[in-house]
Amino acid sequence: MRTTRATEMSRFGILAMAVFAVACAPSAPKGAQKSGGATSDVAIAAQKTYVAPGDLDEYYFFASGGHSGQVYVYGVPSMRHLSTIPVFTPYPATGYGFDDESKKMLGDLTWGDLHHPALSETAGDYDGRWLFVNEMNGRVARIDLRDFKTKQILGPIPNVSGNHASAFVTPNSEYSVMASRFSIPIPKGTVAGVDKYATDYKGVITGIKIDPKSGEMSFGWQVLMPPFNYDLGDAGKKASDGYVFFTSYNTEKATGKLEVTSTQKDRDYIAMVDWKLAEKSAAEGKGKMIGGVKVLDPKEIPGLVYFLPCGKSPHGVDVAPEGKWIVGSGKLQGVTTVFNIEKIQTAIKNKNFTGDEDGIPVLKYEDIKDAEVAVGLGPLHTQFGPDDWAYTSLFVDSAIAKWKLGTWEVVDKVPMSYSIGHLSSAEGDTVSPDGKYLVGLNKLSHGRHLSVGPSQPESSQLVDISEEKMKLLYDAFTEPEPHYAQMIKADKVKPIEVYPKEENKHPYAIWDVKDAGVTRNGNKVLVKMVAVRSTLTPTDFEVKAGDEVTIAITNIEQTTDELHGFGLLDYNINIVVDPGETKQVTFKAKKSGVFPFYCTNFCSALHQEMQGYFIVR
Amino acid sequence: MRDFLKRANAFLDAPLNLGPRVLVLAAALALIPTFTSPLYTMTMFAPQYPDGLRLQIFSYKLVGGNNGQDVKEINVLNHYIGMRDLVSEDFGEFKWMPFVIGAFSLLFARTAVMGKMTHLVDSMVLFVYFGAFSLWSFGYRMWSYGHDLAPTAAVKVEPFMPPMYGYKQIANFEVYNYPALASYALGASAFLLLVAFFLAARSARRSA
Repeated sequence: MRTTRATEMSRFGILAMAVFAVACAPSAPKGAQKSGGATSDVAIAAQKTYVAPGDLDEYYFFASGGHSGQVYVYGVPSMRHLSTIPVFTPYPATGYGFDDESKKMLGDLTWGDLHHPALSETAGDYDGRWLFVNEMNGRVARIDLRDFKTKQILGPIPNVSGNHASAFVTPNSEYSVMASRFSIPIPKGTVAGVDKYATDYKGVITGIKIDPKSGEMSFGWQVLMPPFNYDLGDAGKKASDGYVFFTSYNTEKATGKLEVTSTQKDRDYIAMVDWKLAEKSAAEGKGKMIGGVKVLDPKEIPGLVYFLPCGKSPHGVDVAPEGKWIVGSGKLQGVTTVFNIEKIQTAIKNKNFTGDEDGIPVLKYEDIKDAEVAVGLGPLHTQFGPDDWAYTSLFVDSAIAKWKLGTWEVVDKVPMSYSIGHLSSAEGDTVSPDGKYLVGLNKLSHGRHLSVGPSQPESSQLVDISEEKMKLLYDAFTEPEPHYAQMIKADKVKPIEVYPKEENKHPYAIWDVKDAGVTRNGNKVLVKMVAVRSTLTPTDFEVKAGDEVTIAITNIEQTTDELHGFGLLDYNINIVVDPGETKQVTFKAKKSGVFPFYCTNFCSALHQEMQGYFIVR
Repeated sequence: MRDFLKRANAFLDAPLNLGPRVLVLAAALALIPTFTSPLYTMTMFAPQYPDGLRLQIFSYKLVGGNNGQDVKEINVLNHYIGMRDLVSEDFGEFKWMPFVIGAFSLLFARTAVMGKMTHLVDSMVLFVYFGAFSLWSFGYRMWSYGHDLAPTAAVKVEPFMPPMYGYKQIANFEVYNYPALASYALGASAFLLLVAFFLAARSARRSA
């Protein structure tokens, strides 16, 4: 009997375990998107992203490199990495940060956190001339798309601290903007404890003027703001042209553990700055000198700034193509708010303010909004397509929501792997978005690529938005850390492939091997060098220890892809000269000895022979 | 014998009719493209040069494709095999050729005006000699560029002769060399003279 009972009990146990096993959680979440999709979908995705060898992509994709300080150039739809443009960081691959000119441009900072690339615009549309990029230390740089090279780094601009809401441009590239993410006592160098945060710390918004012909950037104007954290921005266009919008968090003016202290109020603000008025006021000489520049005070210039209340701790603010709607996303909510510029203007006219913040009028939320769109959890940024389609990234939901301006209807969602931040659709922040492609720039990629250890790449996912349903097409893994990106039709960008000889104005440029040589002036030695397949001339030269040596290397080639390098061993010198270019490096010959130099950039069948000796006696 | 000379004299003295004169004038005009168009075009393809490198040889200059860049590139490549640089200054032809072609147009015009068989024969004989000499000279130049290679060259290649008409593989290059518009103009001019001569000869025989 006993044995029978025991057997029964064990049977029951097995049954119970079986039931338990059946009730177990699935091995993957619902909607998990490992490539288990219908075969036909995979085939279509493959076809849509496959760019055959030798064929060209349809779009350029300029992705910010975050704290790598660089811009990465990809082709869409292949998502192939085409090139890296160094901006705020030395980049030995192109010799950036080693020659005199780029070293001077970088200054003392060899690091910069590059977040938001902005293509130059004409009438609100990309014109393919320049790419402006910001950096947290308070700098903005211009990349010329004629040669994909960084041409100017402006800053650090006085008073701006933690330049995050940048480098967004106005519709005719009149200005690129900057704003403080971390308010500090200004001018820089002033010391005040955090207990004085609300009174002594200031935020600053800056307009960087762009020369319409040369793209040269210069200081435009600056506006003194309450000590909030200014986060992101976008310039108005068409109906809202003349304004630039910035989200802000921590309108509590709190310090310490901000994740708690700055999230107490239900609403924070979008600052709306009248940049045309700022320009006019600056031209009239208004403002007071702080940190060496004139700063405009909104208290003294009525109409310069208004605050639009927005959902708690907003992140992105994005102006829709027609300029009428401004989309502000409260990142801790489930809705995104759409403001109407006409309503804003009416409210301003009627002075319907609920109060003010440091003298800046605050508008009434209910007066100025057209809709709250229930896009999903953690809305961050919105991009646009044709026909009033809008696409909002959802960090918490890890998805993209597709919805319609006007009807406010959310029609589709596509999961992102994982935790999407920015997103960038084809010309998606211009007056005429193309639709077609959308790239989700995700913060996490775990498990979707061959493991490369703990330091993992980010993931950029290409989404097809040409049809009613969004479809994930491709996973690409980008270097840290893509924030925002810009996608421009390839035929709008017209790069040169060699520097025409006639354009080379370098004082030490020479074009004939016969002119190469060494001249001495006191303890200064100038070496004019020619690089051409497959010799660096002079092939050897001598200096005395302690001499100041300047080597100017002209690559006299005019052939596409014939780059030459100049690597000087033990002296930390690494120059790369493009065809038709002259680069110069100046250094002290500290160590005596014999130091080989050689061409670093493989050029020809006799590349290995392209070498010489630098002799220091 | 005397009779033959007499007939020959009569033949050479024969006046040219309107038809042959017009043709000779046309032959003069046909030379115009030699001042505006290339005589020869050489095209070279290699795996690294999918768009090809192009060289145009005019009666008075050398022109590289891609705004002159191709001739520089050809010279950069050729220095590895010890070939001399292709430079316009090396081509003596460029100095006398346009002058001679101009002289021929005048000679043809003179023939059309003076209008005797003897002028036509002069024009023809000299022109054929000029054509043959030019062709030989061009061929010889090509031959010497391909054979007169520096002994210190980094890459030793067998001396070579580029094709005068058509295609030849030289190392990693497919080399195509073809006469161009100006050469055809020279040919057309010669052909017009020939037709003029036949017409003139026929009418001379008839009237004799």
